[in-house]
Amino acid sequence: MSERASVPKEDEESAEADEAEAETTESAVETGAEAVVAALENADVEYLFGVTGGAIMPVYDALYEHEEMTHITMAHEQGAAHAADAYGIVTGDPGVCMATSGPGATNLVTGIADASMDSDPLIALTGQVPTDFVGNDAFQETDTIGVTQPVTKYNIFAEDADTVGDDVGEAFALADEGRQGPTLVDLPKDVTKGETDQQPGTPQTPDTYNPPEEADEVIVQAAVEALADADRPVILAGGGVIKGEACDELRQFAREYDVPVITTMPGTGAFPEDEDLSMGIAGMHGTGFANLAISNTDFMLAVGTRFDDRLTGDIETFAPDAEIAHVDIDPAEISKNVQADYPLVGDAKRVIRQLDDALPAAPDADEWLETCDRWKDEYPLDYETPEDEPIKPQYVVEKYDELTPDDTIVCAGVGQHQMWAWQYWTYTEPRTWVTSHGLGTMGYAVPAAIGAKLAAPEKEVVAFDGDGSFLMTGQELSVAVRENLNITIVVLNNEAVGMVRQWQDGFYEGRRMASEYPWIPQFDKLAEAYGAQGLRVEDYDDVEETIQEAREYDGPSVIDAIIDPSENVYPMVPSGGDNARFALNEQHLEDI
Amino acid sequence: MHPEGRRNEQGIRIDPEAEAEHPPERTILSALVKNEPGVLAEVSGLFSRRQFNIESLTVGTTIDDDLSRMTIAIEEPRPGIDQAKKQLEKQIPVVSVRELDTDAVQRELVILKVNGQEPDKVQAVTEMYDGETLDAGPRTITVQLTGNEQKIDDAIDAYEQFGIRELVRTGYAALARGEAPTAQVKQPNTAPTDAQVATQEVSDD
Repeated sequence: MSERASVPKEDEESAEADEAEAETTESAVETGAEAVVAALENADVEYLFGVTGGAIMPVYDALYEHEEMTHITMAHEQGAAHAADAYGIVTGDPGVCMATSGPGATNLVTGIADASMDSDPLIALTGQVPTDFVGNDAFQETDTIGVTQPVTKYNIFAEDADTVGDDVGEAFALADEGRQGPTLVDLPKDVTKGETDQQPGTPQTPDTYNPPEEADEVIVQAAVEALADADRPVILAGGGVIKGEACDELRQFAREYDVPVITTMPGTGAFPEDEDLSMGIAGMHGTGFANLAISNTDFMLAVGTRFDDRLTGDIETFAPDAEIAHVDIDPAEISKNVQADYPLVGDAKRVIRQLDDALPAAPDADEWLETCDRWKDEYPLDYETPEDEPIKPQYVVEKYDELTPDDTIVCAGVGQHQMWAWQYWTYTEPRTWVTSHGLGTMGYAVPAAIGAKLAAPEKEVVAFDGDGSFLMTGQELSVAVRENLNITIVVLNNEAVGMVRQWQDGFYEGRRMASEYPWIPQFDKLAEAYGAQGLRVEDYDDVEETIQEAREYDGPSVIDAIIDPSENVYPMVPSGGDNARFALNEQHLEDI
Repeated sequence: MHPEGRRNEQGIRIDPEAEAEHPPERTILSALVKNEPGVLAEVSGLFSRRQFNIESLTVGTTIDDDLSRMTIAIEEPRPGIDQAKKQLEKQIPVVSVRELDTDAVQRELVILKVNGQEPDKVQAVTEMYDGETLDAGPRTITVQLTGNEQKIDDAIDAYEQFGIRELVRTGYAALARGEAPTAQVKQPNTAPTDAQVATQEVSDD
């Protein structure tokens, strides 16, 4: 086993500091900025990810004496947002990112939008020009509230030093409660510098915010009757199962009533993929057997999923025979994309318990379970048996999985490497798969690995990245080195924006416009320049040893893995296609 | 081997006996919102980015200083209306939303400026539509009318003979008829929401 990275401070010390600080700050709030910091303290914030700048300076100044909170200075604000986002995914509590006004705030936007699409708990604190200057196109002024409105669950323009602490508390509570999501507080410099003695209270949501808890009992009854009568039932577990801390309930429910479980990409880890009842991952690059189960089920219990188009393919052919019971905490997700026959609005954990209590008997589905098993045998995830180099990327993922403990956290950027990391790693625990799902943000992996490692210092963290993705945020490696984080970045390097190239080959007659890099840096050398360990692997024989070298190193490592550039991601359901018609290879794709 | 597709484009499972068809409907949503900066932008932004078709949107204060009322006339197929309601309700500053029945009391105000060469005829039309003359000069006459959409449309047609120079319509203001509340401050944890009930009705069809 590798040595763990030394985290910036010891937990015990921080707990003591917490108490001591809580006493001293009780009467110490003198400015708006101090109220902001006191609010973060009330929310037990441990890490802040940010980049400083003019308009946010008062808040940074107020942090100066708060050693119980560690600020991680990121290379770029986008990195700050992704690191905080990953921190939120791994801990379940909102991650905090901060930036100055203008470009600081706009650089956060990608990360905030990412959190919004994936319902990740995240808080962004942005500096703003003084209130008197707002609207005058002042230096580094941007209408941050306007820019972030479509991508936040809620945003607040702080108006007064007396209330700014509670604004931050409210943002914190709203990011965390109900359907999680990103919130933002815009902090004009005069407000944070302004005098106040108002100590913020406990973070709380507005009184009009009442997320649903239990589903309507009448609909629960109707749903369980349909489930009990079903011949071909499935559970579709989405990200909401993990966000709602309902994995235990869902696992127990599935096992007790013998219902196969399919997971969506954000739902990965909600159900152990190595169990017999697991039907794996569904969608465009999901397993053939999962997609067949979706296409043939007659009753789907979908929990915490928004039926994204990459999951459903053509809506008209999605689970065409199925009655759908849809459990979601957000009523607006019900019947948004796929009509719910049984709308179960409520908290996933509680609704699964309700269903469990109400279900009279397990569905009689032995034949269906056999069919599911048969599909698993017939359409396993598979790639050409590795013999000659170049290395198959899938092999690197499988090997890494084999060498690491089950609770290892896997981060990924976006593209082919992400799909391989998703398909060929066997996920058994929630909050171990950390990636950008809905927004599809290339560059997510490196900053995410930083946030994930700080969130779970006791766990191993590996980030699979693509060469294209790495080039977007690779500079955050400087942060991992500075913080001495024991993480590994595996660049599955095919010298191309591989997913786009795959589509060009499949759907654009091989016209590879702007998808291939005529030249890219040597990532191992680049890593060394940052002060990380740089490794390069080209031979199958060296894969295991290289992985072990990375794992054993005290600090961040980058493995530049030179992979077969001709390897593509399969199975594949063409965009907007029928899930039951998936291609297993190039040739097959042409026939669809 | 694989079953024929049996959902429609809206993801609705097609019952062989009653395939769901949803022609666009016009309806009025009334929303109570917190009276805070940016709410109007938030709501209008929501409608625009989710591509809901708004006919008109009006906003004004209520008897409660902390709350404003928005009246939104939209035209959408039924699933779109339900989705618009739910998305509106989800906005943090939105306190409650209700879709008004077709018999709701609804009025729109229009101010029209027409050429003033035939003041007597203009006056006659104005009287016919229970309007009011706001300004009259040698060249132009400006009148105000209130009513429902049909009446306003008819009146505008009638004024066209004089030559309409400019006009402005306020969009709808509406309240539920009788004792029914238009949109109420919701009580915590009230079981099923309007949105839920509406969804269930659809699925029961």
